[in-house]
Amino acid sequence: MKNTYVIEVKGLTKSYGSNHVLKGIDLRVERGTMLALLGPNGAGKTTTVRILSTLLHYDGGSVTVEGYDVTREADKVRGVIGLTGQSAAVDELLTGRENLVMMGRLYRLTAQSAKARAQELLEDFSLVEAADRPAKTYSGGMRRRLDLAVSLIATPPVIFLDEPTTGLDPRSRLAMWAIIKKLMESGTTILLTTQYLEEADQLADKIVVIDGGKVIAEGTANELKSKVGKDRLELTFANSKALESAVQALGKRVADTNTKEFTASVTIQDINTDVTSALDALARSHVSVQSMAVHKPTLDDVFLSLTGKQKQQTTDEEDV
Amino acid sequence: MAQELVFEKHSRPVQAMVDSLLMIKRSSLHIIRNRDQLLGTFFQPIMFYLLFTSVFGGAIGLALPDGVDYKEFLMAGIIVQTLAFGSTTTAIAICNDMQKGIVDRFRSLPMSNLAVLNGHTISDLFRNSLSTLVMIVTGLAIGFRTSASFTDWLGIIGIILLFTLAFSWLSAIVGVVAKSVEGVQWLTFVIVFPLTFASTAFVPGESMTPVLRAFAENQPITHVIEAMRALILGTPIGNHGWMAVIWCLGMLAVSIPVATWLFKRKTSG
Repeated sequence: MKNTYVIEVKGLTKSYGSNHVLKGIDLRVERGTMLALLGPNGAGKTTTVRILSTLLHYDGGSVTVEGYDVTREADKVRGVIGLTGQSAAVDELLTGRENLVMMGRLYRLTAQSAKARAQELLEDFSLVEAADRPAKTYSGGMRRRLDLAVSLIATPPVIFLDEPTTGLDPRSRLAMWAIIKKLMESGTTILLTTQYLEEADQLADKIVVIDGGKVIAEGTANELKSKVGKDRLELTFANSKALESAVQALGKRVADTNTKEFTASVTIQDINTDVTSALDALARSHVSVQSMAVHKPTLDDVFLSLTGKQKQQTTDEEDV
Repeated sequence: MAQELVFEKHSRPVQAMVDSLLMIKRSSLHIIRNRDQLLGTFFQPIMFYLLFTSVFGGAIGLALPDGVDYKEFLMAGIIVQTLAFGSTTTAIAICNDMQKGIVDRFRSLPMSNLAVLNGHTISDLFRNSLSTLVMIVTGLAIGFRTSASFTDWLGIIGIILLFTLAFSWLSAIVGVVAKSVEGVQWLTFVIVFPLTFASTAFVPGESMTPVLRAFAENQPITHVIEAMRALILGTPIGNHGWMAVIWCLGMLAVSIPVATWLFKRKTSG
């Protein structure tokens, strides 16, 4: 049985008393792809992952992984998933190797197979030197790598990565991304939760933005970016007089101006024609440009414009 | 993938047993690696035994029947006190697991969840047996002597194992319910301390006030102590043997399902 969608979530709801954490989430993850669940703290990301990995009961909707119902066939689900990140942990008093072998055995691997696989993962994750030290002596990055390695011990076809790089330094984060990319090449289906837009942009095939327990946008990184706005040409001039003449010359093309910094931005529909026509218009009016740059909307723009409430909060915090 | 993975094909009950064995191995490694706790396990009972025999031995010796030395009288009491306190580390270990997210990891695996509780309670038997052994050796070194025969010793070992298991499972309930390790320590202090001291562990019941004596002579820990003491001193065991076994089995019959139920309830939301 190989369905196209490995993870299917329909109308998922979950409440704690009057606190409605999930208000009807729909998700579908295609086999061999990565879906990033992007959202601020408290959006419901971890709750969703905990439900998908059978750790938490839900109130309404339906949730299946590899066609198995997470409530009625929890054991079958557990046999095909690996969970790592915020929701899971390694044993601190056991060594890296002992952790791997134990988890492998608990996944029903034979002792011999678990040992061989543990060695392979220790090598792949650059943990060979630390293999026989207790996990509590590991650095943050090493611990995350061990955590991920542990969830891969039986090569489950579905992996949940719950904020795998939160709190890591940039170097460890890049190392983690490299490992995750390799994992994607092996055809594993992955659900990643993150609050980092760059992470979703770098890794995911598809992004679902959730906020306040609801899906507020979904699509590829490019689709989301184009929802927020088109590419823009940012032009900087020498003084306000030059800016004024430029605005006159460009006419309706001007989307926005900044009179303090003498900049004007022009919306670009087609990068091949619109940039040259704008520059031609300026040349005809003898307005000289000091500098220019093409600005593509980032996922940060997407995120902030979609999660308006969050934006308000951050602004408030900055004001304080 | 460089290699082919090989999976076990056991039936469910066998697999549940394998899971429990893995968890026992894990908890035992914890006991060995937790050096500070391990030192406490050995030195606390030795210290108690030496202090009690040297400080109280003279005074309490007067209240003992003729021909009974306090060193021999005390041994059963100290063993049971050590076991009762020792079992509380089950609560600490389980509480630690619940707080640190490792239980969530286990629950996301296709394993028997109750193996976690089995692992802690059974590995506790190893540690407690070890500390009892250390104490008996210390006793022998300072002049403890017993007339116990081989079968008496089997009885003593049986009681030690049964009592430890029963107390570990009670302790497991505390570990599942407690919100923090500090909470566990506080709870055990309030429960285990009075229970072991308001018994015949250190002094004979005859020296107590009537109300305290009535409680002390009929509570489970006293039955366990008196049964073991009779085997050590070679005195008649009376109904203590049966009562000790019945109390321990009763505690197990209640605490295993309660701890299991609470564990399931607390770990699924």
